[in-house]
Amino acid sequence: MKSIRQIFGGDLRQFGMIFALIILTLFFQWRTEGRTLTSFNLQNLISGNAYVLILAIGMVLVIIAGHIDLSVGSVAAFVGIVVALTMRDWNLPWYVGVLVGLVLGALIGAWQGFWVAFVGIPAFIVTLAGMLLFRGANQYFGHSNTVPVSKDFQFLGAGYLPEVGPDTGFNNLTLLLGLLLVAAVVWGEIRARRTAAKFGMDTVPLWVSVVKVVLIGAVVLYATYLFATGRPGTSFPVPGIILGALVLIYGFISAKTVIGRHIYAVGGNRHAAELSGVQSKKVNFLVIMNMSILAGLAGMIFVARSTGSGPSDGVGWELDAIAAVFIGGAAVSGGVGTVVGSMIGGLVMAMLNNGLQLLSVGADLTQIIKGLVLLAAVAIDVYNKTQGRPSLIGLMTRNFGGRNKPPAPETTADVLPNTTTEVIKQDS
Amino acid sequence: MASTHPVILEMRSITKEFPGVKALSDVSLTVRADEIHAICGENGAGKSTLMKVLSGVYPYGTYDGEIVYQGQVCEFKDIRASEASGIVIIHQELALIPELSITENIFLGNEPTRFGIINWNEARQRTLELLARVGLSDDPDTPVKEIGVGKQQLVEIAKALNKSVRLLILDEPTAALNESDSQHLLDLIRGLKGKGISSIMISHKLNEIEAVADSITIIRDGKTIETLNVAADGVDEDRIIKGMVGRTLESRFPDHEPKIGEVFFEVKDWTVGHPQVADRLVCKGSAFNVRRGEIVGFAGLMGAGRTELARSIFGRSYGRYISGQIIKDGKEVTLRNVPQAIDAGLGYVTEDRKSLGLNLLDDIKATTVSAALHKITHNFVVSEEEEYAVAEDYRKQLRTKTPSVDEGVAKLSGGNQQKVVLAKWMFTDPDLLILDEPTRGIDVGAKYEIYGIIQRLANQGKGVIVISSELPELLGLSDRIYTIFEGSVTGVLPKGEASQESLMKLMTAKKKTA
Repeated sequence: MKSIRQIFGGDLRQFGMIFALIILTLFFQWRTEGRTLTSFNLQNLISGNAYVLILAIGMVLVIIAGHIDLSVGSVAAFVGIVVALTMRDWNLPWYVGVLVGLVLGALIGAWQGFWVAFVGIPAFIVTLAGMLLFRGANQYFGHSNTVPVSKDFQFLGAGYLPEVGPDTGFNNLTLLLGLLLVAAVVWGEIRARRTAAKFGMDTVPLWVSVVKVVLIGAVVLYATYLFATGRPGTSFPVPGIILGALVLIYGFISAKTVIGRHIYAVGGNRHAAELSGVQSKKVNFLVIMNMSILAGLAGMIFVARSTGSGPSDGVGWELDAIAAVFIGGAAVSGGVGTVVGSMIGGLVMAMLNNGLQLLSVGADLTQIIKGLVLLAAVAIDVYNKTQGRPSLIGLMTRNFGGRNKPPAPETTADVLPNTTTEVIKQDS
Repeated sequence: MASTHPVILEMRSITKEFPGVKALSDVSLTVRADEIHAICGENGAGKSTLMKVLSGVYPYGTYDGEIVYQGQVCEFKDIRASEASGIVIIHQELALIPELSITENIFLGNEPTRFGIINWNEARQRTLELLARVGLSDDPDTPVKEIGVGKQQLVEIAKALNKSVRLLILDEPTAALNESDSQHLLDLIRGLKGKGISSIMISHKLNEIEAVADSITIIRDGKTIETLNVAADGVDEDRIIKGMVGRTLESRFPDHEPKIGEVFFEVKDWTVGHPQVADRLVCKGSAFNVRRGEIVGFAGLMGAGRTELARSIFGRSYGRYISGQIIKDGKEVTLRNVPQAIDAGLGYVTEDRKSLGLNLLDDIKATTVSAALHKITHNFVVSEEEEYAVAEDYRKQLRTKTPSVDEGVAKLSGGNQQKVVLAKWMFTDPDLLILDEPTRGIDVGAKYEIYGIIQRLANQGKGVIVISSELPELLGLSDRIYTIFEGSVTGVLPKGEASQESLMKLMTAKKKTA
């Protein structure tokens, strides 16, 4: 079991969800008699869920910082309608439309961030107000009508990587993308091993690395194959490209930069962060503002895919995004969560939706199942925390992993001085 | 005189252990009818723990020994049980709900009902009577947040009277009160004594104890030291102090030859307002200085304003700045926020490690670098390699006991957590490091190591301020000790001249001369 953990980078919760995603995929592949893992279905899955996953990227940062954003659906809808209207009425090209949308998202975010960070109103309230405000604004400006967008713009939501180069029977760009990704995985593993060796950290056995790279590589190549061999004119969807780029950027920001560290610090213990020199107001402002920018982007992608902006776009999106984040391992109290985890959480929800749809399960039952999955994922996490156990997979492997468990770290002593602190506090 | 009254409470050989710590060991306490019994002891001596045992906060069975109250052995299983028999405790932090009215607070959890419906008329009527007994004339419908702390304290007592109290326990009742409110409260307690209500009072204000107490029990390190009869033994403040600090100074400090340079950090006329209460000052014109290589102690009782002083200097992270100057290396500096303070070479290690000092979700390496991330950031990327290397370096230097620096800080013991916090501030390379209760909740062995670290920092030419409630610690560690009382610096004693008695006097009395 330890080796399996090492393969998946030791993050048990995340591994648990990856595991669940794989099981889920295989289950549906079996029940739908092969209709799940097809080019067509995967392309749909990606382009049909990209906007929720983009929201989840922003939402996980908001939740790590200890807030919540309920306004994302309305903000997405409002940005969508404004972009559709300006492009139609002022004849703007698609890229100017995108720019308008991003700037508007930033302005909305600055508005909400101001109230949360500098006035100190809880984000729940500010964004609840925003939810009403921007929903109303969408319907006010759009007169509750659907406003169509141009073909150029639709490329953002419904387009595919174009065909270039020689006829190989595959989509060349998709193929290239897949190969690059495999190369990146291999390179990343080699680099991780080198640094670990250089600094004398524990290195995982070579075979573990090899197995890890081979497994991930196989999955990536299989997906590449499916995406590259779809109906003529289709390949890897454009929203998927945008999503992938954002995951890379935000994954990097959250894990490797100062602002990323500060977001975790503020969510983990705001007072301690402030006394360490973190400007928590600035962090909160940026996180909330960023969320609205991404909501604007998600709104535009949705509009592009559905060929027009409507009055009820984005209803309930905030809940999908929040669910994805929590299934992906974030903590309600803040300080915990990862971008990649949220993507996996979002994909679990997407796969559930998709599979149940293919099985012709009604929307009623689908919602019931999704609700239960969300509750179960978080319940297991909460339970494990109160038990001092790490997570889902810890639970699953508890009964048969006992023999070769790593030696418990020397932590028994901590009961003692902690109590001492309390005794002294009580006496003060 | 007092000794002729019958005994109403006897606590016999109370021993209370927390995992690994003996908070009380074989403590006995005898309280007679119609007396005010004071309990004195330093912070951490076990006074509050004893009162929690008595009031059922620590239920019967979690301690050894017996409580005999009015001739009966009591086995309180919670606060309700002790209140039912007439023992009521009033905590230092008042248990009133600010939004509720005086009446609602007095009857909270004890509402007069008829068929499950609260009879507010009756409650209001009885509140009026109770308020009259404690000398309050406020409208019973006034929300508690609208009356001052002094009156709130009286409402607490009214609430206790409503529970037909026979033995009233007051934990630091006057800590937050001004002179006249304190006087009023003490008069009231004295008046209650005449009406068959005894009081146990915990207080750091020895002059008050001397004035009102009939007998005094002194507790030190969880043990009863002595019980004094104020009238018969001719007790005064000095006598109490002697009892409180009487332990011998053991050599618990590494040898250290100070290398003290010139003054490089100076604070003048430092005045800071309370963050919430508009006209209350937490620091009043405080002034002090620190020399290079010097360890400066700040002595003061709990609530004297030591932490407030330190934190307000550290980038105004506490309270409202009113006036004052900070002069560092001969130049006046303005530190409006924590990042500026860190940039100016200040570091502050908080007394409250868990809620203010650490992100318990973080691991050791992330914590170590968290106050100086810029040092390991290149082209916007935080270098994880350097993070690991830095954390490893400090782990070895400070001998932090941990399997690896990837371990979560929540799993470490108090002493090792403190080392991680120290590492975090050492990595910012401060000129002045302020340590607020640096050894709180840390066992003796780790204390010695922390003292060694502090001395090494001073040897590197840094100034170190140590705030501590443990006088032996300050005496053993500091080159010079400032005393603080009610937000003002009341004196400064160099190492040779300071003693527990001289410090305690300056810590409990207002500045007599300018």
